[in-house]
Amino acid sequence: MNAVPDPKTAAPPVSLYANREKVYTKDVYGPVRSAKSTILVACLAVYYTLPWLRWDRGPGVPNQALLLDLWHERFYFFNIVLWPQDIYLLTFALILGAVALFLVTSLFGRLWCGYTCPQTVWTDLFMMVERWIEGDRNTRMKRDAGPWVWDKIWRKALTHYIWLGIAFWTGGAWIMYYVDAPTVVVEFWTGRASSEVYAMTALFTATTYLLAGWAREQVCTYMCPWPRFQSAMLDEQSLIVTYEGYRGEPRGHGRRSGAEALGDCIDCNACVHVCPTGIDIRDGLQLECIGCGLCIDACNHVMEKTDQQPWLITWDTLARQKAKAEGRTEKLHLIRPRTLIYLGALMLCFAAVIWGISGRSTTTLSLIHDRAPLFIRLRDGGIRNGYTVKLANKTQSAATYVLTVAGLNGARVSLPESAPGLAPDAIFNVLPSQVGNFRLMVQGMPDASGGGSQNIYVTLKNANTGEILRYRALFLSPAPEKD
Amino acid sequence: MADKIEKDAVSGTETTGHEWDGIKELNTPLPKWWLYTLYVCCGWAAVMCLLYPSIPGIHGYWHGVLGYSSRAAAMEGVKEIDARHAVPLGQIGETPIDVVVKNPKLLETAMESGRITFANNCAPCHGQNGTGRPGYPALGDDVWLWGGKLTDIQTTVTHGIRSADTEARQSQMPSFGTDNILTPAQIQQVADYVGVWWGVTPSGTDVTAGAKLFADNCVACHGDKGQGNHDFGAPPLNAHIHLYGGTHDAIVAQVTHPRQGVMPNWNARLDSATIKSVAIYVHSLGGGE
Repeated sequence: MNAVPDPKTAAPPVSLYANREKVYTKDVYGPVRSAKSTILVACLAVYYTLPWLRWDRGPGVPNQALLLDLWHERFYFFNIVLWPQDIYLLTFALILGAVALFLVTSLFGRLWCGYTCPQTVWTDLFMMVERWIEGDRNTRMKRDAGPWVWDKIWRKALTHYIWLGIAFWTGGAWIMYYVDAPTVVVEFWTGRASSEVYAMTALFTATTYLLAGWAREQVCTYMCPWPRFQSAMLDEQSLIVTYEGYRGEPRGHGRRSGAEALGDCIDCNACVHVCPTGIDIRDGLQLECIGCGLCIDACNHVMEKTDQQPWLITWDTLARQKAKAEGRTEKLHLIRPRTLIYLGALMLCFAAVIWGISGRSTTTLSLIHDRAPLFIRLRDGGIRNGYTVKLANKTQSAATYVLTVAGLNGARVSLPESAPGLAPDAIFNVLPSQVGNFRLMVQGMPDASGGGSQNIYVTLKNANTGEILRYRALFLSPAPEKD
Repeated sequence: MADKIEKDAVSGTETTGHEWDGIKELNTPLPKWWLYTLYVCCGWAAVMCLLYPSIPGIHGYWHGVLGYSSRAAAMEGVKEIDARHAVPLGQIGETPIDVVVKNPKLLETAMESGRITFANNCAPCHGQNGTGRPGYPALGDDVWLWGGKLTDIQTTVTHGIRSADTEARQSQMPSFGTDNILTPAQIQQVADYVGVWWGVTPSGTDVTAGAKLFADNCVACHGDKGQGNHDFGAPPLNAHIHLYGGTHDAIVAQVTHPRQGVMPNWNARLDSATIKSVAIYVHSLGGGE
């Protein structure tokens, strides 16, 4: 039966939409904070300087070490140049990234979220700016609650000004991964860059400013899918940031000895105040926790001041915690079926990427038969077929190719657009990193037993490297008349 | 139910106050900004509807404040391409055809222009890509009635064959049968003789009479070995390609009362640059002669 609520006694309607409670993070120092800062600087340094790295690839080819040249359909990664047909390698690379993330998470929790995720890195950077201009947690809370006086106005304005500056720098650097960095910088400031460059810079400036300045932990909690399926990667043997409840509880301010002794936790909320997502780690493992461990630093200071053992909040596994609560000790189980499976998958993907990259042919050839005419009858009774030859030279130097045809009586070839004379072989020149398109005519006396269609076998030899490519094509002729 | 917001005992989360058979719903609210994002998207959609063609009506549609039309945008693109081609086409018009093909830039424009022109003007008779069909020569092979050099093709396209143009390519094969130049029996003999060249005449057939008749009547245009002659558009007879069929009967019919094709003079319809382009394209189909 449905319980019909009595309007007089029913609970007041609750809002289906939650107001955001702003998170004011408190500054903290300690080994975790130092590690996090070091990683932050390293990540930003890589991001901002990578496009400026040069890599000589010879004349006529971009010399940027890492360039995703969408316009010319080439991806440059140092000495590797990827063509559109190599895009499947990206699939392996993405799987590789995902499996690596699975492995790390199942071993050590959300290290990626806490230290290297761009959302974390830029949010952390923006928080540092905020702290520098507007002061620490209490000062900011007090000022935010107060009226809009000059002190508040200029501090807010300066914070957002610097945020926008960083965001613009971030958005601008993003563009440099897609176009030549030194060129686009000059073009950008002289107004000669394409409208796409300006639009994309504006877009990434806006998203950086919004996501790192305003959205922050909302991205992790509501937008990102990763927190939702991380629970599938974690188990009771994963090292996660955790509060040693058996030691800390019952928490409270008061006596630490005697019959009703409290636990080690003095309930000072220091761990809550430093948390970038504004949660209480003492509630246990939760979706919002990005595993950054700043609460560990905060708690250790308090433990030190209160003359207690540090590491009340620490990295530990749920199994070990349970064992400790029961007075046992348990070893760390880093090697377990889950991690072995992830490791195996990781190796497999890694091997696939290496195999894919090293096994790429430097040339691809295809012969596309003309749709009309299917065949051409010749003066001497022979038959001629027309093809479009697509020849991709993936090397970084100009190449000369020699094409010969076998499997057709008296086969001879001609290039109607450049060398109409009949010859036993055709010669193609293709510039470095280009696709050549050629019209090719093949003529000869078709095999009467073929019934109007037979295979011919094309051999393509790179005259420079000696590399040989074989291709099977169809040769069409009039079908013999039926009796 | 209580007056205050109820909290679930297990999870400590507020409930929405709804209850079904004793099952209560936890209130895990969406953030407000999420809702506002939805409103912004709705507003965005409304603005786009206002700006662009969007809402269909019975007698038309809402054209949008910006007056955008994808057709007009496409026509803009066509104009742009025309403008881009205007300069090279002008140069093609002023340059001899043999020089055009040596200039890669002009050649590229000529091939593109020629391909489109051919599809629009020539393909109805000559077939797609010059496939050819009975009465209309294939253009990718190695038999050229009036010559297969670039300049020959250019002349043929410009002035036409047996067309109204004063400089048209002209020739007339006599009606050997209907004008009583040869008797039907003699025509059979001639057909036997030429049929030997592509094997349509059974081996062992006596063709001496036919050979004599051929030498007396046909050699002037078709050549002593049946090799043909570009000056008269006389097709080679020692070939496996036949405009009106290669059977014995087809030869007899052609000698008795010849069919002869007419090709229009395209100088009346196309400018010189376009004619050159189409000649270059046709030449490329099989490499010309």
